[in-house]
Amino acid sequence: MRHIISILMENEPGALSRVVGLFSQRNFNIESLNVAPTEDSTLSRLTVTTVGDDRVIEQITKQLNKLIDVVKLVDLTEGNHIERELMLVKVKALGAQRDEVKRTADIFRAQIVDVTPSVYTVQITGDAGKLDAFLQAMAPIGILEVARTGVSGISRGDKILSL
Amino acid sequence: MELLSGADMIARFLKDEGVEYIYGYPGGAALHIYDALFRQDDVKHILVRHEQAATHAADGYARASGKPGTVLVTSGPGATNAVTGIATAYMDSIPMVVLCGQVASHLIGEDAFQETDIIGVTRPIVKHSFSIRHPSEIPTVLKKAYYLAASGRPGPVVVDIPKDMTAPTERYEYVYPKKVKLRSYNPVTRGHTGQIKKAVDMMLKARRPVFYTGGGVVTGQACEGLTDLVQRLGYPITTTLMGIGAYPQNDRQSLGWLGMHGSFESNMAMHHADLIIAIGARFDDRVTNNTSKFCPTAKIIHVDIDPSSISKTVRADVPIVGPAGSVIDEMISLVQGREPANPEALGEWWDKIEGWREDRRGKLYEPAEPGEPLKPQQVIETICRMTRGEAFVTTDVGQHQMFAAQYYKFDKPNRFITSGGLGTMGFGFPAAMGIKLSYPDDDVVCITGEGSFQMMMQELSTCKQFGVGVKIVNLNNGSLGMVRQWQDLNYKSRHAHSYMESLPDFQKLIEAYGFTALKVERPEDLEPALERAFANKDELVFLDIYVDPREHVYPMQVPLGSMRDMLLSKTERT
Repeated sequence: MRHIISILMENEPGALSRVVGLFSQRNFNIESLNVAPTEDSTLSRLTVTTVGDDRVIEQITKQLNKLIDVVKLVDLTEGNHIERELMLVKVKALGAQRDEVKRTADIFRAQIVDVTPSVYTVQITGDAGKLDAFLQAMAPIGILEVARTGVSGISRGDKILSL
Repeated sequence: MELLSGADMIARFLKDEGVEYIYGYPGGAALHIYDALFRQDDVKHILVRHEQAATHAADGYARASGKPGTVLVTSGPGATNAVTGIATAYMDSIPMVVLCGQVASHLIGEDAFQETDIIGVTRPIVKHSFSIRHPSEIPTVLKKAYYLAASGRPGPVVVDIPKDMTAPTERYEYVYPKKVKLRSYNPVTRGHTGQIKKAVDMMLKARRPVFYTGGGVVTGQACEGLTDLVQRLGYPITTTLMGIGAYPQNDRQSLGWLGMHGSFESNMAMHHADLIIAIGARFDDRVTNNTSKFCPTAKIIHVDIDPSSISKTVRADVPIVGPAGSVIDEMISLVQGREPANPEALGEWWDKIEGWREDRRGKLYEPAEPGEPLKPQQVIETICRMTRGEAFVTTDVGQHQMFAAQYYKFDKPNRFITSGGLGTMGFGFPAAMGIKLSYPDDDVVCITGEGSFQMMMQELSTCKQFGVGVKIVNLNNGSLGMVRQWQDLNYKSRHAHSYMESLPDFQKLIEAYGFTALKVERPEDLEPALERAFANKDELVFLDIYVDPREHVYPMQVPLGSMRDMLLSKTERT
């Protein structure tokens, strides 16, 4: 099962390497990972998507909690949550392709954020499935480059991950 | 207000923290700190001959005393030499603080002379690590290091100290921080009462219960409570290698220790139990054998201070996160005034256990006749008798380690000092050194083999400098015994590099350092040699005891089997 784990950790040098190191050290999977500061300058938020059965996920959360730099964490997939990923895609856009790309982008509610005579750069947000579907739709036209942020997420409703 | 340089702060902090000994080796990046140590008399520095020995000595001290050991090394090779000892402490959850010199801040990342990213190198084998970024933070960071090392599930903490942080010209205010708080670190202080109640109910209803306890009971200083609880219930108890002595081994309820080379009755009792009460143990592979065949009929209560230890390899039916001490105390108060519900079933259970205990297979060895080579088992039994079972016994790793654990009977905790998790050859001698320095009036015996001893034998020089009177018992079988045993069993006796050709003349070697060495080749020479060795507590004596190289350690669990699948001798199995 795929899980999204969001972690609040000390904004300290080396904290990220402890988290990432733990995954390789204990033979856990990382599918995607993103990390950025939060509104509290002493904290970073790291979101990791991983795959494993219940036993493995239990170990992952326990081992993460054991790291001194990890302040708090939540397995977002345990409850209702919103997950988003941002992707920038460069696609070929020549002749008839230009309309085709534009139409597909509209269908996916993506935006074209940069234009040259032969290339469109498309920005799209959504869950991983939507992004995958968009890439599939674009594949026949010709994908030149893809940059994805990895999944970020937050729980729905009043539940809050904070100190 | 007192202004001190970073180096002086370190020396002062160690004094204020109550550190008596530090083990270390100087070098460029640590020189300011060494100068500060030179100018004070409160903290004694023991100069080892290799940084690995410093970590093992600090580790031995920590295991014997329950307090964190302290190590000081320089950057680069000094720090990397300490890595094996840090990993050893990590695997056995031993409190230790390792202070590492580092190249000056402005040189970090430039591949400067003797630069190593020791924080990176040790990341998977420390409880936590710190890098000093300003001299003024030294007292707080060191306090955090000692607090983290010793609290919760203990472990080693590395503090990386760039040389400019200790410069004598930079002075800052020093205040000893009595307490520190880390917002992300709050080790539990007691277990969940509901869970403990549930566990006690199960314990009282059990028909075939076994206590299985580990190093966590020793670390948690919960041995008295454990003994009380076990005796109130009258249940059998087996411990892990790390838990030896938590319950008196000479008591009837003790089944000895369990696992790969554990006692026949321990492993049989575990396999047939209907309830396993695990406290401060981690169900590691040397205990469980094949987890899918592990204790098929048992419910499992698991008490551990580290939640990640629970259900890591074997699913617990009643998990209790908490320190052994307070959980055991709560269990005792719940057991008080109540009796086990199934006395008859328990009686039958004990009959079964006594049957296993009386089964002499796997326990027998033929003591050597005059003219035959000594058996390693009989050497250990004799040492146990002559030291009244009260010595601190350290070991290295291999057959001698297992024989020491099997044939020396410990009634006290913190006395059997061994590298259980990492299995570090070379551990025993420096560990003994660290213990003897703090326990000068006790017998400290390092039981070793000629393979292991040669990994750390340079410490003879340290013992000479500081007058450390440990006894070294070298069970010399001229080969790497445990490797050879596996080769006998699994590789048709093809002894690939398990022999020790060109052994030194140990007697001459020891004498070169000014110590006494006695060679024991005949059974009748054993007792006189031991008497001579233990006559003077302050004298280092080396016993080079030639033992039968054909001996194997039994019982031995059959790989991939259950706990009861054991080889009992070269020809018998369960």
